[in-house]
Amino acid sequence: MSTRRTFLKLTAAAGLAPAVASAQGAAAGKVVVIGGGYGGAMAARMLKALEAKLDVTLVEPNPVYTSCPFSNSVLANLREIGQQEFRYDGIRRAGVSVAQTSATAIDATARTVTLADGNRLSYDRLVLSPGIDFNWGAVQGYDEAAAQKMPHAWKAGAQTVLLRQQLQAMADGGLVVMSVSANPYRCPPGPYERASLIAYWLKIWKPKSKLLLLDAKDAFSKQRLFQNAWAQLYPGLIEWVPLSKGGKVTSVDPATLTLVTEFGSHKAAVANVIPPQRAGAIAAQAGVADRTGWCPVEPVAFESTLRPGIHVLGDAAIMGAIPKSAFAANAQAKVCAAAIVDLLAGRKPQDPILINTCYSLVAADYGISVAGVYRPDKGQLAEVPGAGGTSPLDVVGGFRGQEAVYAESWFRTVTAETFG
Amino acid sequence: MANVLVNAPKTARRGQAVEIKALILHPMETGFRPGADGRILPRNIIELFTATWNGVEVFRIELSPAIAVNPFVSFFAVATESGTIGLRWSGDEGFLVEEQVAIAVE
Repeated sequence: MSTRRTFLKLTAAAGLAPAVASAQGAAAGKVVVIGGGYGGAMAARMLKALEAKLDVTLVEPNPVYTSCPFSNSVLANLREIGQQEFRYDGIRRAGVSVAQTSATAIDATARTVTLADGNRLSYDRLVLSPGIDFNWGAVQGYDEAAAQKMPHAWKAGAQTVLLRQQLQAMADGGLVVMSVSANPYRCPPGPYERASLIAYWLKIWKPKSKLLLLDAKDAFSKQRLFQNAWAQLYPGLIEWVPLSKGGKVTSVDPATLTLVTEFGSHKAAVANVIPPQRAGAIAAQAGVADRTGWCPVEPVAFESTLRPGIHVLGDAAIMGAIPKSAFAANAQAKVCAAAIVDLLAGRKPQDPILINTCYSLVAADYGISVAGVYRPDKGQLAEVPGAGGTSPLDVVGGFRGQEAVYAESWFRTVTAETFG
Repeated sequence: MANVLVNAPKTARRGQAVEIKALILHPMETGFRPGADGRILPRNIIELFTATWNGVEVFRIELSPAIAVNPFVSFFAVATESGTIGLRWSGDEGFLVEEQVAIAVE
């Protein structure tokens, strides 16, 4: 119980940090934010909220943002894709200029961003929150064309709808095969939530079907909670094949929906390939991505260690122990905004405390969670020992149902705060 | 006890280079790590992996403590004649596992 108390105390402290910065704010300047997801949209809005004199531009080509969190529920028919969609009107109302175009080039020395519409923006500070791109070809045969046959559905939207249509069109008894990348990738527990919710849906609508989960790892987030729930709710339905049992998929054949591992091959009725990933393409163009494809940053203002003046948030960044989640991106955005206000006013940003919570649904009314608390330590964000933790393994009464409700409350809160 | 996965073609043409893949479950304990009680865990690694084709050694590696848990080995060998590919892992604490697969060469 003392862990829970520590966690709450730190939550309160983290909540206060931006308010303190706001009271002292006297900064002016130009900030450009690239990428309108949970990191970028929140950062743009928070910058303006903390310091109204800032000139803040959000660069985002899509008029509508489609949320990955809760998109697995769309696959299981528990939500419609429209419930995942958010517009930028609230962000405009908050005083942020929204440039509905993409950034094509960044000059870190001249501090300018070139846009696809031909305009050029200058900045004092640049925030990059470009999310992920896929390493096409890392799984042999898996390219953009293959993703039309074997959807990744790891960027929500048309791909989510495609995978759902394929599941619905599948004959009862068909084999669903999922392939999961090695670390790091967007949303560590996401593939296992997806397997759970597809199983939930199969059990109702295609009870003769099975799900094969081919994994390039031997361990995963909330593993015991997931596996206990699978045994309880979906006995015999989900088969997890870890790396050490030959689970790593090395190539695919989209024409025959075949997934090939080091030791065998599997023909799917529906195949979902979650491929290896890297930071969104603009990060490499800007010179902030390293050889891993991800962006190293310092742990206080999340400024690139490769290019000064550029801050990187969310899934694109390597943030020490903090996972690639929407919750984390959103928390990083708030910390980064406060730090930028400080830096522009000539103040030293204070060390942050960040929190991450990931809820996963295992069934419509069965939620589990993992929480962590992070602070800078030796140039990295390190997990604070004893804070956070996962849902208990043994629970009574409506505990799992309550966590499913919390999950939905979190989603409503974070999307209202960011886009509302 | 040991769990082994092997992937080798069942048939090959004479002179063809065939790929043989093998994975074995093994902790590959380095001998440098402290355990829960603070004492150094004794080294427990696979030291040697060899492959033979009808008894003739065609591939050999010496493994070191830096090699990760559950070693995965992939190598090519030239198909000479029909028979048996023998795989052998040996190491600390008397560890010894042998596995055989048949291959037909035309």
